[in-house]
Amino acid sequence: MANHSTNEFRSGLKVMLDGDPCSILDNEFVKPGKGQAFNRVKMRNLKSGRVWERTFKSGETLEGADVMDRSMEYLYTDGEFWYFMEPDTYEQHQADAKAVEDALPWLKEQDTCEVTLYNGTPLSVAPPNFVELEIIETDPGLKGDTASGGNKPATLTTGAIVKVPLFLSQGEVIRVDTRTGEYQGRAGKS
Amino acid sequence: MDWRPGAEMPTLRARAALLATVREFFAARTVLEVETPLLCCDTVTEPAVASYAITGEPRRFLQTSPEYAMKRLLAAGSGPIFQISRAFRAGEAGPRHNPEFSLLEWYRPEFDHNQLMSEVAELVTACLGRPSYSKISYRELFREVLNIDPFTADVSQLRSVAGNSLDVSFDSADRDLWLDLLLSHLIEPALVERGVCFVYDYPPSQAALARLGYSDGVEVGHRFELYVDGMELANGYFELTDARQQRLRFSEDNKRRLQAGLPILPLDERLLSALQSGLPECSGVALGLDRLLMCQLGKADIREVLAFDWTRC
Repeated sequence: MANHSTNEFRSGLKVMLDGDPCSILDNEFVKPGKGQAFNRVKMRNLKSGRVWERTFKSGETLEGADVMDRSMEYLYTDGEFWYFMEPDTYEQHQADAKAVEDALPWLKEQDTCEVTLYNGTPLSVAPPNFVELEIIETDPGLKGDTASGGNKPATLTTGAIVKVPLFLSQGEVIRVDTRTGEYQGRAGKS
Repeated sequence: MDWRPGAEMPTLRARAALLATVREFFAARTVLEVETPLLCCDTVTEPAVASYAITGEPRRFLQTSPEYAMKRLLAAGSGPIFQISRAFRAGEAGPRHNPEFSLLEWYRPEFDHNQLMSEVAELVTACLGRPSYSKISYRELFREVLNIDPFTADVSQLRSVAGNSLDVSFDSADRDLWLDLLLSHLIEPALVERGVCFVYDYPPSQAALARLGYSDGVEVGHRFELYVDGMELANGYFELTDARQQRLRFSEDNKRRLQAGLPILPLDERLLSALQSGLPECSGVALGLDRLLMCQLGKADIREVLAFDWTRC
């Protein structure tokens, strides 16, 4: 992997730091007029998720990390691993529970997810921004109540619990924003 | 292709008005406006300041400030002078830095640094309408904010103060590196609430082109910096006039360049000859006009006050 100097640090660049892959979020050049230059770099450890700031001397270098984001189709889980497939090559990757942890409430078979590979192994999985999931349990729908603005909890096929309007019933398919966990509307009616 | 300016038109009008205010300020004080070359055969030797070199024979450098040429004018008997020019510093790009920027530099024969600080404060009042200011020595500032004496603390003490609140990727035996780190990361944020504030009397190792003196029982460089709301705006000196001393400092710079793996630079013999022939006792200061405009307009990023910043040209 190539080395990157502080002046190449840009948001999105993946580098190795203390043995872990990290993503650069922000890089600020700091220099007293007559003094030496520094780069105050905000980064995220891609393994632990920790976000913090580290100061480098300008001109220091870090090794690039073999990290790639790929769109893949979610296939199935055997309870221990979750299987994803690259659409062009049909190559399959198995992700462990830690990698899918954040995506789990939204993971539906055949949906396309963003899988981050580190040295070829899934490090994390991001679900699509919007998913369509069926309600498997909620209080009975109040027919025609589309105006009162009230809501109630609904459990979806994945186990996620989302607040939905009162008129929805079990068996209906809804659209959810996975970034906020908020109900967006009935499926196909966006 | 994004061809549009990064600054809004009202900002550019404010810039023009600011330049007019500055020229009025000096006209009223009969300080002569001068112009000196931007492309010179020599450049600063300071290791922390990088120049752009222009290919050709002989090689020339875009000036990082017009200081050397202006001092030659002073030595030739110009009297008080000011200049508004572009200055260039390689690699300095960020929210407060653009590699090409506008600099106001002026020199006052017979002024010491205290008199010049007063005049800088008057200019700030003329441009920003903020007449109240404070002064604090570099030593007192470190004592107040970090409870450490920057003149006597050793590297391990400075490192441990830094380590208490910062995650630092490097180690170093260079005291000045740690002082610069503490200043830029921990002291500058504390200067925000001090408004218009002068910091003066720097450690001798950071005197640059300022003369040395004694204060509070230690040797200090008679250098000052102006901060406005935590942003460094100007750097000034009670100027060193001793040619021999100056040659020594340039040579020291080159030694540090060598240690840092930077190219050695020839000394500016024309400047040294001018000092030899006699630079009048004077003080001088350089003030970043883009940053002054940022203060005036309350902009947080230098790109908002430049018609076309580094990424647009």
